[in-house]
Amino acid sequence: MTLISEQQLPSIVKRLAHQILETYPGLKNAVIVGLQPRGVYLSDRIVAALQKEIPAEQVIYGKLDITFYRDDIRRELHLATQTDLPFSIEGKTVILIDDVLFTGRTIRAALDALLSFGRPSKVSLCVLVDRKPSRELPIQPDFTGKEMVDESPYKVKVRWQENDGVDDVILQVEA
Amino acid sequence: MALTTKHLLGIKDLTTEDIQLILSTATQFKEVLQRPVKKVPTLRDVTIVNLFYENSTRTRISFELAEKRLSADVVNFTVSNSSAAKGETLLDTVNNILSMKVDMVVMRHSASGAPHYLAKHIDAAIINAGDGINEHPTQALLDAFSMKEKLGKLEGLKVAIIGDIMHSRVALSNIYLLKKMGAEVMVSGPPTLIPTYLKEAMDIQVEYNIDKALAWCDVANVLRIQLERQNQPLFSSLREYNLAYGITKNRLHKLSKEIVIMHPGPINRGVELDSDVADSPHSIILDQVENGVAVRMACLYLLTGRTQPTT
Repeated sequence: MTLISEQQLPSIVKRLAHQILETYPGLKNAVIVGLQPRGVYLSDRIVAALQKEIPAEQVIYGKLDITFYRDDIRRELHLATQTDLPFSIEGKTVILIDDVLFTGRTIRAALDALLSFGRPSKVSLCVLVDRKPSRELPIQPDFTGKEMVDESPYKVKVRWQENDGVDDVILQVEA
Repeated sequence: MALTTKHLLGIKDLTTEDIQLILSTATQFKEVLQRPVKKVPTLRDVTIVNLFYENSTRTRISFELAEKRLSADVVNFTVSNSSAAKGETLLDTVNNILSMKVDMVVMRHSASGAPHYLAKHIDAAIINAGDGINEHPTQALLDAFSMKEKLGKLEGLKVAIIGDIMHSRVALSNIYLLKKMGAEVMVSGPPTLIPTYLKEAMDIQVEYNIDKALAWCDVANVLRIQLERQNQPLFSSLREYNLAYGITKNRLHKLSKEIVIMHPGPINRGVELDSDVADSPHSIILDQVENGVAVRMACLYLLTGRTQPTT
C-alpha cells in the first residue's frame, strides 16, 4: 500500500523546504542536521530544495549519528555511521531531519547527541512521516510531510532512489 | 551484524569481518573523541572491572578512559594492594568480584592463557589486556587502526616486526591480525629472540639482517626488549643490541624511501629505538596511543552488545 507516491514525494520535499524558510527566513542563525543513516536521504533532498531558494552558502548542513546514545544496546546492537558536524551549533537553531517519527526514542537520543556538540538556542524537528499514535515519548514534529492519524498494523517503509531505485513511502506487513 | 565471539581473548579467534567491524566502529569513536563533550552514555548500565595482575601504564589508562568515555562504571584492581597477595586464587577473586554484579572483565596477567581459563569458568565477557607471552589483542587492533589511518589500507602492506619477538604478545597478536587482513609480515632481530618455529607455524618471513628488513618494509613495528621476561642472557649487552639491531637515524637515512615507525611502548630509548627516530615525523607512536582509546571503546561497545542485562 502506498502512503506517499513517487509523484507526491518531490512536492512534499519542496513544501517542507518552503515551510522551513517561512519559519526561519534565509536560514539566519539556523543549521540543518540530518539523522544518520536514513534521515540523511531526506535531508539531502531538502537541502537541495533549500539551495534553489537561497544562496547555497547560507545552508549549513551536517549529519549526526545517534547510535551511541540509544537506550537499547543490550537488546540490539546497532552499527554506527559517520557523524559530520563541521560547524558550531552553539546558540544556533538546529533543524533536525529524520524520515519517520515513530516512538520518539531516536529523537530523544538525537537531542542528547546534539548537546555533546554545544548548546543550541532552539531545536526543531522535520520529518517525512509522523506516526503519531505510536509515540512513546512527548516529542512532536514542527514540520511534517504526512501525518498518520490512525493506529496502523503496518510497517512504514521509506524507499529512496539510492537503495531501492524509487523515492516513495509504502506500508508493509511486518516481517 | 555483531562479533562472532563473546570474549576478546585473542586475535586468533577473530574473523576478518570481526576485525573490520572493530576497526570501522573505532573510526566512529575517534570522531566522538574530537567532540567538545567526549563522553557518550552508551554503557551507562554496564559495570567493568579492570584486573591488572601485571604492571601497565598505557593499557590500563587507555582502558579506563575508554570505559569512562562510554559512561560505564569502573572498578580497578591491582594485585599489589589486593587479597591476591594473601594467596587467593584467580578464580576465587573473579567470582567474588562478579557476585557484585559486574558485566565485563578486562584482565592482564603474566600467565599465558589466564583469560582463556577464566572464560571457561565465568559468564561475564572477558577482554584480554595482555596474557604472558601469548596475545595482546587490543594492541594489535590499535596498531592496525593506526597503520590503516596513516597508509590507507592493510592489504598488501609490508610490515616488519623488529626486536624481542620471543617474549612479545604484541608480536603474536600483530602477526595473526596482519595475516588475516592480507598484509605481508616479516620478523627481524637477533636469532636468540626469534623462535625457530615461527616461520613455519605462522607463514611469515624471517630476516636476521636489520638493514635488509628495513629496506623491505613499509612499516617497522619496533618492540621493546623485555629484560624482565628474559632469565638468561640472549644478547651480550644493550649497547651491542643497539649497534646491531637498534633503529637509528643513520639506518633510516640509508633507505631509498620513507617508512613508518611504530612502537607499542614503553620505549627503551637508545636500545631498540633511538630518540631522534622515536620523536621524528616518521614515528606514529603517539597516534597509536591516541587511537588506543577509540579502539578499546569499539571493543567494549561491540562486546556489550552480546551480553544480557543483569536483572
